[in-house]
Amino acid sequence: MTRTMYDSLVGILEHLGVYQTFQVLIPEPLLRILLIFLIAGLVATAGSLILAYLTWLERKVLSDIQQRCGPMRTGYHGLLQPIADGIKLLVKEDIHPKAIDRWVFLLAPIVMFVPVVVILALVPFGRTLVMTDLKVGLVFLLAVSSLPTLGIMMASWAQNNKYAVLAGLRRAAEIISYEVSMVLAAVGVVLIAGTFSLPGIVEAQRGLPYIILQPLGFVIFFIGILADLGRIPFDFPESESELVAGYNLEYSGMKFSFFFLAEYLELFVAAGIITTLYLGGWNGPLLPSWLWFGIKTFAVIWVIMWIRATLPRFRIDQLLDIGWKWLLPLALLNIAITGGVLAVI
Amino acid sequence: MSDIRKVVEIPINMGPAHPATHGVLRLKLKLDGEIVKEITPVIGYLHRGIEKIAETKTYPQFIPYTDRLDYVGSMIYNHGYVKGVEELLGIEVPERAEYLRVMMAELSRIASHLIWLSAWGLDLGAMAPFFYCFREREEILNLFEMICGARITFSYMRIGGVSKDMPEGFAERLQRFLDIFPEKIDEYEALLTENEIFLARTVGIGRLSREEAIDYGVTGPVARASGLNYDIRKIEPYSVYDRFDFRIPVENGCDVYSRYLVRMEEMRQSTRIVQQALDGIPEGDIMAKVPKKIKPPAGVVYSRVEGSKGEVGYLIISDGSDKPYRIKIRSPAYSNLSALPAMCKDAKIADLVATVGSIDICLGEMDR
Repeated sequence: MTRTMYDSLVGILEHLGVYQTFQVLIPEPLLRILLIFLIAGLVATAGSLILAYLTWLERKVLSDIQQRCGPMRTGYHGLLQPIADGIKLLVKEDIHPKAIDRWVFLLAPIVMFVPVVVILALVPFGRTLVMTDLKVGLVFLLAVSSLPTLGIMMASWAQNNKYAVLAGLRRAAEIISYEVSMVLAAVGVVLIAGTFSLPGIVEAQRGLPYIILQPLGFVIFFIGILADLGRIPFDFPESESELVAGYNLEYSGMKFSFFFLAEYLELFVAAGIITTLYLGGWNGPLLPSWLWFGIKTFAVIWVIMWIRATLPRFRIDQLLDIGWKWLLPLALLNIAITGGVLAVI
Repeated sequence: MSDIRKVVEIPINMGPAHPATHGVLRLKLKLDGEIVKEITPVIGYLHRGIEKIAETKTYPQFIPYTDRLDYVGSMIYNHGYVKGVEELLGIEVPERAEYLRVMMAELSRIASHLIWLSAWGLDLGAMAPFFYCFREREEILNLFEMICGARITFSYMRIGGVSKDMPEGFAERLQRFLDIFPEKIDEYEALLTENEIFLARTVGIGRLSREEAIDYGVTGPVARASGLNYDIRKIEPYSVYDRFDFRIPVENGCDVYSRYLVRMEEMRQSTRIVQQALDGIPEGDIMAKVPKKIKPPAGVVYSRVEGSKGEVGYLIISDGSDKPYRIKIRSPAYSNLSALPAMCKDAKIADLVATVGSIDICLGEMDR
């Protein structure tokens, strides 16, 4: 049985015997709102902790592959590095170039960051750790996940910098090309599971994870996620050797770190979505469900980092070729096969 | 009303502070979206007037300046200069010194190609080769440090010989390096050579035909990748190169990928040369009898050697005094870069970056 985090929290409070006291003290609707805020706060905090340590993990994974140590000085094996980075970014001077479009410049990091946090609410972390169970969860998720592009376009335009505009345009082209195939690949999952709800999809994979039933869909979705995240081999928006640093060229200090953090949170969320849709989510023997989810998610993250350390990047037109000429037809083929097999059975 | 279909070309400055231009090269670009319509290389940001300085220094005093031309493969630049002065003086260099020179020059070539591969890999977005190459380059620099105390600017070759002989333990350490290095090249190749993404980024990119290569005076690996069998070590053997068995790799692809293949093979061949030199090095002096005050007779000499980037030439004019009247340096990267606009006709920005990287420029030597 899946339970939302709200139910779980109420259950815990009831078990401790404090929920009844609260019910007496605070009116019911207000209590509900308070608890929801508490959960949101907890998830957001856990999310930021995870993303801070994802930066550490990425450095460690890359250095391991590249025969270096990575951060070693701040704490045991550099464990305090993310905190040191955070302090550094906070106290850095916030530079506003003269020619920027001020309001767009200010808004862009927020527009980029907020949708990613919203997606966090949809990811089913464990059997009893579902924040919201929307009936159209997958549709909502895919819709919201394309919003950060808007933030990137705003940022690239607002900076009034040619390199940034090029990077922003590349990014827009990239996301449009890959989102289509990604959504179509996810349709295969929905056809088999018979639901758009993310916990429902996970429950439907109790016997077999969909990576076995939908290998082609998985590959398309995974490539789509790589492109969506803008990571090697598809890291055009940031291709540092061509466009210096990409769309966040003129940003500094905390504004820059918002882009940075949004990217890492996206990485975590994307790995979580792959786990949910194709790897059976929290399903697994013996260990608690949230631990299974964590193991699978970090395995996906590790693979993505491994790819970054190993492969060169494509050229932008080659990327569009792959998106439209290969992934899209294959995704359609995937739907046709899945639908055909389901109709026969 | 202006025609909205008219192509708007964006002028853009790539460099002098840009991660892909390897130093302070500046490229003035005109872009039509992603397509590069016009390239104008602007150089001179690292100009130090080395040729002019040469006129105020005595002959031995100029050796350290040759280190600072191409700081990633400076042994070869030492070699070209001292060879020229020796030709003016008519000095016979001892054999042992010649063997040492060849060994150091070839190690320098390997180190230079390693730097090229790492930086170029980074241009293409491949991070891992960078660190792998630097691991091996480190060992080469350690060897250099053992023999002459310096890691970058050696001034190891002197007029009439070399500054120091091999110290104890050097030969064994060099042998260890030569034993493992071919495997390491295989490792780099495993990451890149047959990688689909790498092939998509390099094959057919930055084409320079054989005729164009000749017209632009392109030398070195770039010329050899355009099917031009031109290597000073073979066509005009200097030092003791005629005693070694090695092959000059030539590719006919004319593209960025061929330049990569040529350089990878050159590293293997250089390893072979160093191995043969190490096995056959004779005993004896490392310095010829050179007069205390070096005063070559009046005359002109053009001394050329095969650098890691192409033909390195020194035109030395002596007026009989202890200072050169004029030194003109032919730097290969300068000529090679001049072919860039021909290589990048209507290329994409990403291809431009790959092509600039494939030329293997070094601004120190280009600006002088």
